[in-house]
Amino acid sequence: MMPELGKYAGAVLGSYAATAVLIAGLVGLTLWQSVRMKRALAEAEARLGDK
Amino acid sequence: MKALLLRDLRLALRSGGGFGLGLAFFFLLSVLVPLGVGPEGGMLGRIAPGILWVGALLACLLSLDRIFALDQEDGSLDLLATAPIPLEAVVAVKACAHWLVTGLPLTLIAPGLGVLLNLPPGGYGWLVLSLFLGTPALSVIGAFGAAVTVGLRRGGLLLSLLVLPLYVPTLIFGAEVVRRGTGGMALATPLALLAAISLGAAALLPFAAASAIRVNLR
Amino acid sequence: MSIWEYANPKKFMALSAGALPWTVGLTVLLLATGLVWGFFFTPDDYRQGSTVKIIYLHVPAAMMAINAWIMMLVTSLIWIIRRHHVSALAAKAAAPVGLTFTLVALVTGALWGQPMWGTWWAWDPRLTSFLILTLFYLGYIALWAAIEDPDTAADLTSILCLVGSVFALLSRYAVNFWNQGLHQGASLSLDKQENVADVFWLPLVVSIAGFILLFFTMVLLRTRTEIRSRRLKALLARERVA
Repeated sequence: MMPELGKYAGAVLGSYAATAVLIAGLVGLTLWQSVRMKRALAEAEARLGDK
Repeated sequence: MKALLLRDLRLALRSGGGFGLGLAFFFLLSVLVPLGVGPEGGMLGRIAPGILWVGALLACLLSLDRIFALDQEDGSLDLLATAPIPLEAVVAVKACAHWLVTGLPLTLIAPGLGVLLNLPPGGYGWLVLSLFLGTPALSVIGAFGAAVTVGLRRGGLLLSLLVLPLYVPTLIFGAEVVRRGTGGMALATPLALLAAISLGAAALLPFAAASAIRVNLR
Repeated sequence: MSIWEYANPKKFMALSAGALPWTVGLTVLLLATGLVWGFFFTPDDYRQGSTVKIIYLHVPAAMMAINAWIMMLVTSLIWIIRRHHVSALAAKAAAPVGLTFTLVALVTGALWGQPMWGTWWAWDPRLTSFLILTLFYLGYIALWAAIEDPDTAADLTSILCLVGSVFALLSRYAVNFWNQGLHQGASLSLDKQENVADVFWLPLVVSIAGFILLFFTMVLLRTRTEIRSRRLKALLARERVA
């Protein structure tokens, strides 16, 4: 299943791994901020009891 | 406008620091670089154009935050904003004053530092000319950066982060002129482009800077 | 009914809530298709060997890094001219995404350059321009972070984005002038002669589409968070007054 990468395996796999880490970091950060903000807003709205 | 220019010049010269600090920094850098990279003359001569230009750029950066910050603290920036002369002109005058107390002296002492850095003989004229044409751009771009960060409490570090990327084209063309000048190569193109950046920046950036000040004073 | 209707935060929230599941699904589908296809089912290039597989990450990331800045420029202009808050917040939301893509392009480029050019980094015009673009993103993000009042921040960052765009373009030409390039020409262009070979082309297009949607999804999500944060601030301010 795994394609034959030959002597460049390190570079190719490294690229995919580095990209995965960077993008996962961005997505994770975005989701985390989103969830946190949603919760904070829900709390504030509940406390103030409007709308 | 003339009164404003004179006032700015007087303030810069009197309040100490602002005027001498940039020059001293420029001088120090030219002393430290050979200590860091070694005394070998050929190499120093090769990197001298770049070092001198980077040094001028950083020395310029040191005094940027004073362009508007002092006026903002004592409230005279609000007065200037409501003064009969347009804010764009105020920015232009202040950038000009900044250039007169930093860019111009830097240009004048640069040949002396060129000697320290073993700059080849053919380079001195081009060094002075390129700094003379390029440092106005540094002052105007810097005035824009100072205008954007004027309302911030710790704007100094942010100011350098904003301004340094904007300095890239000026630095590239400026150092290129000197490098080509020392090598005796054709340098009309980078010289013309350097002058074009200075003129373009001086013509357009005061408008951007003035609108940033208006936002900050709101 | 004009496009400006969606500049209303409430409308934007409703619309984006409906759109998000679709864009997330499409992003995953396209990225998975493009990358799996590219990684497992394309042959090696006769000169570059298996490193050609890096193209499916490098080219889309580099494209989107530049397009993200252009999108920020457009939304900044819309903010300055029409003063729609959603527009300014979308520009703010796009910056970290653009920065991430810039880093992806730089890192994958370095990993590819090591075996191909024999060096991780060269001061080649394209590489240098990307490094400068990174600096612009950093400055822009730092300025947003430094200013407390949201409208002032939106105004100043918009002005910075406009001026920065001009200087970024200038830097691009300056850098070209400063050093001859090592980097190959465009991988995709309308001129068929310059294009990459067909076997690589289709999976590349799919993965570019995937990156575009990834960008779109991320910006939607982050803009929603920014809008909520503005609402939270408004609520807290009201609470203090009451």
